[in-house]
Amino acid sequence: MTNEQTRISRTVPREKAFYFFTSIGNYTGVSAASLKEFLERINVVDVKSLEFHLCRGDFEKWASEVLQDEELVQEIKRLQRFNLSGDALRNQLSLAVSRLSKRPRNQFGPIRY
Amino acid sequence: MEMESGTLRLKSNGFPLDAIDMGILEALQTDARQTYMSIGKQLGIAHSTVYDRIKRMEQYGIIKKYTAIIDAEKVGKGKIMAVMTVFTDPKESERVAEKLCDAPQVLEVYSSLSEELQIIAKVVAESQESLHDFIADSVAPLHGVLRIRTSIVTKKFKEIPLSILNDPEG
Repeated sequence: MTNEQTRISRTVPREKAFYFFTSIGNYTGVSAASLKEFLERINVVDVKSLEFHLCRGDFEKWASEVLQDEELVQEIKRLQRFNLSGDALRNQLSLAVSRLSKRPRNQFGPIRY
Repeated sequence: MEMESGTLRLKSNGFPLDAIDMGILEALQTDARQTYMSIGKQLGIAHSTVYDRIKRMEQYGIIKKYTAIIDAEKVGKGKIMAVMTVFTDPKESERVAEKLCDAPQVLEVYSSLSEELQIIAKVVAESQESLHDFIADSVAPLHGVLRIRTSIVTKKFKEIPLSILNDPEG
């Protein structure tokens, strides 16, 4: 398995997984325990959940504290500045995570929107 | 419970409750700190009878304990109250309920079977943020949790302790 594959499929324990909510206390039943799962889930979860978590800073917190992926943190922060919502947010988030997960960590550069 | 010539018989342990016992229970549920004398006066019986009946009901577990009803807001606890419905895998629901019972934020836990098996819990928290953190960090990750719906209580219209003497049919 290559470094990139390891990075994207590294699974974290259940209690460290990302749990998608649509609002305070309302859990969708969708969760992600790896960057690979995260990428899959952001394409299917209710878009309200993406808006909820992006606004609260939950994605960057998870990327930082659990995945310890500073490049992903920076990409999410960049996305926050665009005030995206709905499918535009889903598409851009998916694009960012997808491109990031395909690159070796040390070759990563900022994505242009 | 069934009624036999003015006596209520509890099926669970066969302990008979008559009108005097019921009167004593009603008085205690109104104010558990009142004296045997006061209860006796209300019911027209001797305070020693009240004492004997109460001790007997305590021994048989009819009276489980005496407690205080605390206004959580006035003591600065539980600023946010919410009703949380946890949809669960039927195989894991007992375990989910037990885990919820262990959490200090959870005041009451019930199970309900409608279209899906649900665990319903009353939860208190200091803020919406801490409520969400509790649910996200401690409830959602439990095995068998399928999804969660939470309603934050905005206004309380009624709250009374459950009484065996309150018959909704009148």
